[in-house]
Amino acid sequence: MSARRPLPRWADVALLPVLNLALALIVFSIFVLLIGQNPLQALAIMVNGAFGYGEGVGFTLHFATSFVFTGLAVAVAAHAGLFNIGGEGQAYVASLGAIAVGFAMDHTVWWLVLPVAILASMIVGAAWAFIPGYLQAKRGSHVVITTIMFNFIAASLMAYLLVYVLKPMGVQEPSSANVVAAGKIPQLRQFFPWFGGAPLNMTAIFAVLALIGVYVLVWRTKFGYALRTMGHSPSAALYAGISNSRMIILVMMISGALAGMVAVNEVLGVQSRIVIDVTAGYGFVGIAVALMGRNHPIGIALAAILFGALYQGGLDLQFYMPAITRDMIVVIQALVIMFTGAMEGLLRPGLESVFMLYTPRQKAEAVVRETVGTES
Amino acid sequence: MEQRPSGGAVSDLAIELKGINKRFGPVWANRDIDLKVKRGTIHGIVGENGAGKSTLMSILYGFYTADSGEILVNGKLEHITDSRHALRLGIGMVHQHFMLVDNFSILENVILGAEDSALLASSLSKARRELKRLADEYSLSVDPDAIVQDVSVGQQQRVEILKALYRGADTLILDEPTGVLTPEEADDLFRVLHVLRDQGKTVILITHKLREIMAITDAVSVMRQGQMVATLPTKETSPEKLAELMVGRRVLLRVEKGPAHPGKPLLEVKNLVVADDLKVVRVKDVSFSVRAGEIVGIAGVAGNGQSELLESIAGMRDQQSGDVVLNGNVLSLEGDDGAHRARLAGLAHVPEDRQTEGLVVQFEEWENSILGYQHDPAYGRGPILDIAAARAQAAERMKTFDVRPTNPRLKTANFSGGNQQKIVLAREMEQDPDVLVVGQPTRGVDIGAIEFIHNQIIKMRDAGKAILLVSVELDEIRSLSDRILVMFDGRIVGEADPATATEGELGLMMAGISKDAAPARAVAGGAKA
Repeated sequence: MSARRPLPRWADVALLPVLNLALALIVFSIFVLLIGQNPLQALAIMVNGAFGYGEGVGFTLHFATSFVFTGLAVAVAAHAGLFNIGGEGQAYVASLGAIAVGFAMDHTVWWLVLPVAILASMIVGAAWAFIPGYLQAKRGSHVVITTIMFNFIAASLMAYLLVYVLKPMGVQEPSSANVVAAGKIPQLRQFFPWFGGAPLNMTAIFAVLALIGVYVLVWRTKFGYALRTMGHSPSAALYAGISNSRMIILVMMISGALAGMVAVNEVLGVQSRIVIDVTAGYGFVGIAVALMGRNHPIGIALAAILFGALYQGGLDLQFYMPAITRDMIVVIQALVIMFTGAMEGLLRPGLESVFMLYTPRQKAEAVVRETVGTES
Repeated sequence: MEQRPSGGAVSDLAIELKGINKRFGPVWANRDIDLKVKRGTIHGIVGENGAGKSTLMSILYGFYTADSGEILVNGKLEHITDSRHALRLGIGMVHQHFMLVDNFSILENVILGAEDSALLASSLSKARRELKRLADEYSLSVDPDAIVQDVSVGQQQRVEILKALYRGADTLILDEPTGVLTPEEADDLFRVLHVLRDQGKTVILITHKLREIMAITDAVSVMRQGQMVATLPTKETSPEKLAELMVGRRVLLRVEKGPAHPGKPLLEVKNLVVADDLKVVRVKDVSFSVRAGEIVGIAGVAGNGQSELLESIAGMRDQQSGDVVLNGNVLSLEGDDGAHRARLAGLAHVPEDRQTEGLVVQFEEWENSILGYQHDPAYGRGPILDIAAARAQAAERMKTFDVRPTNPRLKTANFSGGNQQKIVLAREMEQDPDVLVVGQPTRGVDIGAIEFIHNQIIKMRDAGKAILLVSVELDEIRSLSDRILVMFDGRIVGEADPATATEGELGLMMAGISKDAAPARAVAGGAKA
């Protein structure tokens, strides 16, 4: 029998994510009701907090910048059939590259620092992702397992470095020294006061470039063609003479490089130094962003802005509705990740049966699946 | 066939379908189908892929429900709701792909799903007696305690038939039953089917092999594009007539080709040893050569090392020892990009499995038309893919090779099997290679397309290319090849001349019974060239 017919494209890329999001908000509303608050008011505060005024927009876009990098990292790997869960660790370790450039070029100008820092953090991120890639390609250790493990290794390594190596004398918290001059990537509020105190900085330009770059790489180059061939069918790649092992290593390095760019946004764009857990879980959010954005740059841009809005709107909600605590904000973020990411297929069967009414073929195939399953 | 079930008399029709309609979206899979199958006969159903044979049988077996129409079983109107219902009515099905639990014994497989008490022991002993009775009655002897994975494919098929009989089937539907059998096993199956018929069972045989239809059926129905175009007594028809009915135009069943004019050896395989993924040696010291302007066919029952041989020559599988020599140069094929180097050296490869190897079915057609050749400067000199050039070339080739629909932007999965195969052939042949290795060129391909594909292969030969052909279809090997090598258990056990070798001789060799000191001759055959 022929393969299952998927949903029409528009329903898959637009309708399903919107329904999933709505579902997450409905469940969240129930929680808000349970603690005796008005969910509509809470939603209004969140939307206004994310998009209603300059500073809010600035924060939303700042978060979105990091999510674009980590989302693209997951997406590029996914197109090659690899699941890189290690964006978090790759970004964290890449902050070493960013800060090194920040210190070394602190006496120059920011527009020199920015591209060099981007390059350096990409290289470090790629190097960190190279190891799981190599282990998968040459030793068959599954990247899902190794990249998870490498997140822990990255966290421990960074904690060690921050406490014993990078921390200046006399400082009480585990963090590196500060960059003070050119190493600080300018924030847009310096040019547009509308953004208030938002940390949105010049790194955002590279997020846009990365979106375009990934599109060109995956769909317009010969390398991207080989990458997608392997992603769809490793046996066809073998047939086509595309080296799977070489491809796995290269793709993991590209993925790690994309994740690494987060470091510039956070380390040089906001903190001016490395602090503990500077990447704040953005690497994991990238998985949900890529899933929701269907691994396509346009979808990832939209999903990144959505998650940016959730982060920023959540901060405002916490501020204006004290009954809603920090934990509740984590709950809504988790709900959105759960419904759009982990359980994004929840509504799919239902939606497919709705569409089935219009395409009897799907119904027939579903009947076959059912009956074959129960056949002795 | 004027009988009507009337007046309470039991009908002599086991199955009667009246006005069956089934639509999948805009496609009529079955349109106004009438079919009468007499009890105690073997009734063949032939048609190209997508003609609606499987859909019709699925309706009869309860997988699908017809949009409209009536099903009469033994003259009684029935609404078959699922396959269990069909079984209760005495309709059993033997699928093309066996549904057996490999590590269960034959007895356990037979009762699986038909255990009639909570304790297995009583079911088993009852089943053992019943199985013995069935085996005697229909001369279907099997060892009930043998583990399924240890017995031959032919035996496994017997188990499937016994399963259906054990469940009380009076009408057996067999879907392409000989696809996986050796000629001998197929003959065995036909004997069993004859016994079944003589004992009063009804057999419906779905196949695309006209030879089988002619050999064992009593009546034959031909389907084309969802419609039943004819039902004839087998005695009154011929393969040519059936093919014409299936395709809707005259078809040449015999491949017409002139004599070969072999030149110098282009492909030489020397002492090749290849292991499969589980490190089991599947190709054992194989040597032969293929000359320019010659088609060498490798015959054999599936699983005797042909696949590994083909993959190894094409650079997809590392060889343990031995050489592949192309045009005098030893190919270096190790590593997982060996196929790339093989192509650069002038070797084109039509793989056995177009769905997972030769094509990426999720890709648009034009993307597949460059698979393996994506680095060719014709598709852009730098790292950027020249999509416009690739699409234009794809459209061009689709016209040359009559791929339908002629739309390079269509997803490859949406092409029929025959058209998918033409996409692969177009890509590999248009590269103008020195050597073409082809695996199962017409597996799952319509008769109309088979003719086209065979002619293309012969055209390549006549253009002076060396062609290595691997196929499990003995007819195909015999009609295309200029020389036949028979492979058994990883070795080439004999060489035959297709003009003189009989099917019986080849069948014996395929079963490992070598024709007078055949292995020595096989090597000599290679050296002779």
